[in-house]
Amino acid sequence: MVDFGFGLVPSSRINLDLFDKGKYEELAALEPDVRICMACGSCTAVCTAGKFEPTSLREAIEDIKNARADKALQMLEPCQLCGKCSMVCPRGINTRHLILSINKIYSEK
Amino acid sequence: MTPLSYLLAAQAEVPEVIDRIPSGFSYFVIPFTVGVAFMFCWLGVGLIRLLADIPKEDRIKFGKSLFIPKVALKNIKELFCDCLFHVKIWQRKPLLGYMHSAIAFGWFMIIILGHIEVALFVPARLNVTRGGLFYPIFYRYFVWMNPGHTTLRGSFFFFLMDFFLLYILSGIALAIFKRFRSIVLGMRHTTKPSFADRVALYSLWMIFPLRLLAESFTADLSGGSFLTIPVNQFWHFLFGDKLWFMPCWWAYSICLGLFFAAMPFSRYMHILTEVLWILLRNAGVKPNHPRKGVAEAEIYACSSCGLCLDACPMNVQKKNLKYSSVYFIRFLRRHNEKKINAIADKCLMCDKCHALCPVGVDAPALRRAQRATVNNTMPYNYAYLDASGSVQPSEPGRVHSRFAAAENGLSPESAPADSTQPCHANPGVLYFAGCMTHLTPRIIKSVEKVFKAAGVEYAFADREGGICCGRPLMLAGRTDAAAKVIEANKQMIEASGCKTLVLSCPICYKIFKEEYHLEGINVVHYTQFINELIAAGRLDVKKTDEKIVYHDPCELGRGCGVYLEPRAALSQVGTLVKASKEYDESICCGGSLGSLTLDTHDRAKISQASLQALLSGNPETIVTACPLCLKTFSEAVSRGENLEQHVKVKDFAEAICP
Repeated sequence: MVDFGFGLVPSSRINLDLFDKGKYEELAALEPDVRICMACGSCTAVCTAGKFEPTSLREAIEDIKNARADKALQMLEPCQLCGKCSMVCPRGINTRHLILSINKIYSEK
Repeated sequence: MTPLSYLLAAQAEVPEVIDRIPSGFSYFVIPFTVGVAFMFCWLGVGLIRLLADIPKEDRIKFGKSLFIPKVALKNIKELFCDCLFHVKIWQRKPLLGYMHSAIAFGWFMIIILGHIEVALFVPARLNVTRGGLFYPIFYRYFVWMNPGHTTLRGSFFFFLMDFFLLYILSGIALAIFKRFRSIVLGMRHTTKPSFADRVALYSLWMIFPLRLLAESFTADLSGGSFLTIPVNQFWHFLFGDKLWFMPCWWAYSICLGLFFAAMPFSRYMHILTEVLWILLRNAGVKPNHPRKGVAEAEIYACSSCGLCLDACPMNVQKKNLKYSSVYFIRFLRRHNEKKINAIADKCLMCDKCHALCPVGVDAPALRRAQRATVNNTMPYNYAYLDASGSVQPSEPGRVHSRFAAAENGLSPESAPADSTQPCHANPGVLYFAGCMTHLTPRIIKSVEKVFKAAGVEYAFADREGGICCGRPLMLAGRTDAAAKVIEANKQMIEASGCKTLVLSCPICYKIFKEEYHLEGINVVHYTQFINELIAAGRLDVKKTDEKIVYHDPCELGRGCGVYLEPRAALSQVGTLVKASKEYDESICCGGSLGSLTLDTHDRAKISQASLQALLSGNPETIVTACPLCLKTFSEAVSRGENLEQHVKVKDFAEAICP
């Protein structure tokens, strides 16, 4: 879609050409659980930090897949690593390590 | 028989011991001297480097601690008990304890007695310029006993030397046996020795048999006792009058030299470093880096004995052996960055290896420090903590007031009889549930039930959900971020004006006790609090004949030393049965937040092992005092793999107030 430079709502355009496959594979190598997320949002529902700031691991994973790693990192900044999300995850994702791994891989410039 | 006094007097005139070799030197001492000199140089440089790496204030603290009588006494006690007698191993595995103390204490006594002998009979030789370094070690080679002038004193030393040599030899025999059948001595797994370990190990095995050989060959010249004299007579019987004893002394010296030269690179470094580590530990100096300074002393104090291999809950699967503390420390020692990080992240931080370590090496703390080198610099944004910490939440619609209790003063939640009291009538008890308890609301429910039954006036700090205690951040190595969270919680608790803080999560309890420094506030775990309520007669409990087994949560038991209170309370409501592993040997439930990379499959295996240990006494109910354990065990029991009997899993408060 052509960007005319103005709009009534903020652009929600997703440009998948910007998706960094190399980094995603790196992340999946470090924490393979990233692939098995089914985006149910249980993690978001129980999130301790989510009560104060819009924090959501589900959204962060989606953001990464949608080539918005910067948004994902920002989304995870308030996280306190309390581990509630890992306890409720129906897929048994090691969420704490996933969050640390996302930080580790996508913070590198 | 000649009186003793006469013998002692006679000794003054006719020397009992004559320097057989006037120069006091023989070429065979060279290997030993070179080896030992190399070791001392290496250790000297290492010690200076190590002390230089310790921050200045810690160094001063360490220096001062040596002169504080209380610490000095503790030092002396621990040096004897840990380094020489290995009391901690004795208590757990008597045969292993015997083996270690035989070699350590026996060798120590032989060295000391050798020096005493030289000091008594040829004092001039103690001087370093006249062979003081090697003379006492090879004393028996250099002297000749004046026949007919041996005193009781001399015989006494002969006896002691032979006695301790036999003592060491029995230890060595056990050590060699252990290499092949360690299970007999109580060890399922042993560490794989590295190359330097092997060199040192085989020379250590050889040293004492060779010493016996060497001393027995010269026993007719330089004296001996019940062990060396008969062996000497046997050699005479075999080889006739003339004995060629030089090869034995050479071999003995070479083995000693090899051992000392290999020592700095092998696990036997612990013999000397342990001393430094005990002094540092008792001075209260903590490692601030996973490899430098205090940590280095800790790393080199590890004896690589492998007792942590059997202790580690991960090792129910053999593939996880490589993540044990002993290998973590070995790779730290070798600066193998890649392996260190993988191992550091795997650990459940259940602290069992630390609790069972005979040297007291705090490997979990080193793992935390190692995690910090990777994770501490990660970005975080806790601005919301300050915003919501103020009285006015910045976004009322979105931000919950996590300080409901603090803002209104402590308002009693349970309605007591005299509820006419104003809100600021401080009940003194603040209950902080924590994240994990909020995930298991049954705990909150039953804790409140207990409070109500006992008529406790309390305030609920985080009914609407609070923030994390900071311990999970600490465990992940994010100490700076944890400090922020701690600060925010601390403000809230201090503002509440409570006198007692009750926690239902051991993870919170540990960090509140250790890092919060809440002055004037009694921080208790709810097991302790409820036990006090029962003891004070405020809470009525009904005794049933339910068979209960209590699981010690890692952070509560090994972490904070709370073992007895929950058991005392539980014995009031049912019959406590024993688990096959309990107290400091209890096995982690597998749900620990400590591990960063352990996957669900491995965790389930650990839960199974832990359940097996708990069910050994055929209990009807498993009671635990940690929301994580409760959740993990509930899930494991409902999966029901390999479970013959059906058990209920209950929280501590549920068990007390059903």
